[in-house]
Amino acid sequence: MSRTPLGMPGLRPGSGNLFAEEKFPSAARRELGNAQLRRNLKHATSTIRTKRLNVTGELPDWEELREAGSALKTSVMARLPELLEAFEANVTARGGTVHWARDAEEANSIIHGLVKAEGVDEVVKVKSMATQEIGMNEYLEEHGTAAYETDLAELIVQLDHDKPSHILVPAIHKNRTEVRDIFLKEMPDVDPDLTDEPRRLAMAARAHLRAKFLTAKVAISGANFGIADSGTLGVVESEGNGRMCLTLPETLITVMGIEKLLPTFADLEVFLQLLPRSSTGERMNPYTSLWTGVTEGDGPSNFHVVLLDNGRTNALADEMGRSALHCIRCSACINVCPVYERAGGHAYGSTYPGPIGAILSPLMTGVEAEENGSLPYASSLCGACYDACPVKINIPDILVHLRGKDVDAHRGGMPTQMDVGLKAASWALSDGRRLGAVEKLLPLGRAAAGKDKKIKKLPGIAAGWTQSRDIPAPPSQSFRDWWAKEHKES
Amino acid sequence: MKIALFATCIVDGMYPRAAQATVALLERLGHEVVFPKGQACCGQMHVNSGYFKEAVPVVANHVRAFESEDYDVAVAPSGSCVASVKHQHPMVARRAGHAGLEERATAVGKKTYELSELLVDVLGVTDPAIQLGSYFPHTVTYHPSCHGMRLLKLGDRQAGLLRGVKGLELVDLPEADQCCGFGGTFSVKNADVSSAMLADKTANIRSTGASVCAGGDYSCLMHIGGGLSRQDSGVATLHLAEILASTETEPAAVPGPAGQTVKVVVK
Repeated sequence: MSRTPLGMPGLRPGSGNLFAEEKFPSAARRELGNAQLRRNLKHATSTIRTKRLNVTGELPDWEELREAGSALKTSVMARLPELLEAFEANVTARGGTVHWARDAEEANSIIHGLVKAEGVDEVVKVKSMATQEIGMNEYLEEHGTAAYETDLAELIVQLDHDKPSHILVPAIHKNRTEVRDIFLKEMPDVDPDLTDEPRRLAMAARAHLRAKFLTAKVAISGANFGIADSGTLGVVESEGNGRMCLTLPETLITVMGIEKLLPTFADLEVFLQLLPRSSTGERMNPYTSLWTGVTEGDGPSNFHVVLLDNGRTNALADEMGRSALHCIRCSACINVCPVYERAGGHAYGSTYPGPIGAILSPLMTGVEAEENGSLPYASSLCGACYDACPVKINIPDILVHLRGKDVDAHRGGMPTQMDVGLKAASWALSDGRRLGAVEKLLPLGRAAAGKDKKIKKLPGIAAGWTQSRDIPAPPSQSFRDWWAKEHKES
Repeated sequence: MKIALFATCIVDGMYPRAAQATVALLERLGHEVVFPKGQACCGQMHVNSGYFKEAVPVVANHVRAFESEDYDVAVAPSGSCVASVKHQHPMVARRAGHAGLEERATAVGKKTYELSELLVDVLGVTDPAIQLGSYFPHTVTYHPSCHGMRLLKLGDRQAGLLRGVKGLELVDLPEADQCCGFGGTFSVKNADVSSAMLADKTANIRSTGASVCAGGDYSCLMHIGGGLSRQDSGVATLHLAEILASTETEPAAVPGPAGQTVKVVVK
């Protein structure tokens, strides 16, 4: 009997803002030159690390919570089709409308159609990674609709015509003096005597946004959770701008990645402990909004959910990589990452920076898309991200897995110095006698080191090493040879 | 106990002193050390660089070498290589579809210990000064390497052993848990970010005023030492095994920052 493998039906790579357009090492080199950026990042990430450790350390069952979160998400991914259908049925039964979008273009076109149907040319927004990922604001703007970010940091980034550089703290790369300058330059009706005192900055943003909240007919949000067995959606936030957007306008459009589902309402018990402690380092976030369909006389009367795939099915099809979809966008991995701390978020190109971005972006788009193949190498594999992840995504293992995919994707072409070097090393290191023979050459390296017994310059790709480090002169004999002499072996 | 030494390729070829010191420590405790001749490397450079296909023969060689000898436990003076043997070897075999190799690699991994793990958990070393005669009259700071700390969960084992060395003054390293930026081929592929991480690590080491930075992995120590040498800092790097093996009658020579031996004046 012969069988033809049919593969996964309908797989299509993600689109939108998921791409590194420049290789990570060169983008990082440029960002490293920005001393102000590095100071801002060092200060912000070390503050938030300490806060997170304090509130995760105080829970005696923190490790059990992580286990529970991981197990729940594993089960969600295994049952995704069934749970998505249950979610759709429950949202519909409670008066909402569910739309399915395969990629960024489809999602944007659905959202634009819904906004146009309301006859408005401006919307207010709750901070959302999904809408960043699909480039929704830019799409709406091109089609004559203004989308106003209402989260303070997103507002800063939007006013500055900049890109977010962190998934929780989008303006982490700006300090307060820079924020004041942006407000003075870009915010209409701003007090010209505005100082960089945080409270004054927040009050200025508040006054600016209040008018938008009170006049907007349509709001667009993301979702932290979607509950399959009730059709309930949830957004957690700190500023109350989300609550305003979710309750005041007549129409609410929520864009949610298909991996955001939880099976039951009771599962929130686990995630509402994991998320705030891991992200802002708080025991509980100030505002948690939950809503189910529409309720007459209370909140929006018109409710839509756009379920977004955009490469998530691609990631799901990768057995080694699929647990990246467990991510709840807390940013704990980003805050502990030494590479992110130095390179900053923009070096990753994609909406998703840091360790999680280095796996999520290539998993969603395919490792061969643009320069996304360079992202899995943006890590020293120190493992701090895995330790911090509230749903225990083994980011280092997935990074290594994706490096394997990248190497395999380039096999058969012109070999690089790395290819040649590692193939030769594989030959020498897969046999004790061969390695022993190579080690007989150690005195040559010793001679090359010269009088001060330091090698200061190496050619080719190894020049990266000697840009900041010496190599000591090798010993006159290997341990292997010493042992053989000591034990009178040949 | 019969203990098989896995020297690791970097110690074998570049820092044989660490393997010699490991042998000395184990023999001092009355154990027999064997060196399986076929051994070469754990293969993590290949795995971590994405060259899984090229890693398979390296892993297979390690498994073969450590199956060929009869011993109770194996030990390596490296957290990183032991983590590779334990965690990566079965994964590499599985990925290549070698179920047999996966099983054999798992069995070898189970018998393999990192040096401080073996000394503390298996051989019961609680007081190096008394049990090993450890003596090292220098101010030392200690960098806990990432893989020992996070993959093997070594905790306080290495620092605890250092504190028990006579004459040694251990000073805390600020931001000790931060990676030094080595990461194998990361230091070449992302040389700029790696150098920035190294600059912070060496600045922290120099801020302690210690004359030696100790660690349990010569890969990280080669990186850190390479930076300290380039900066002409005068701070040396030394492996935990060498410090523990140092005694009043045979004190360890403190190498210069790039690994060259400097004459030590014993007080």
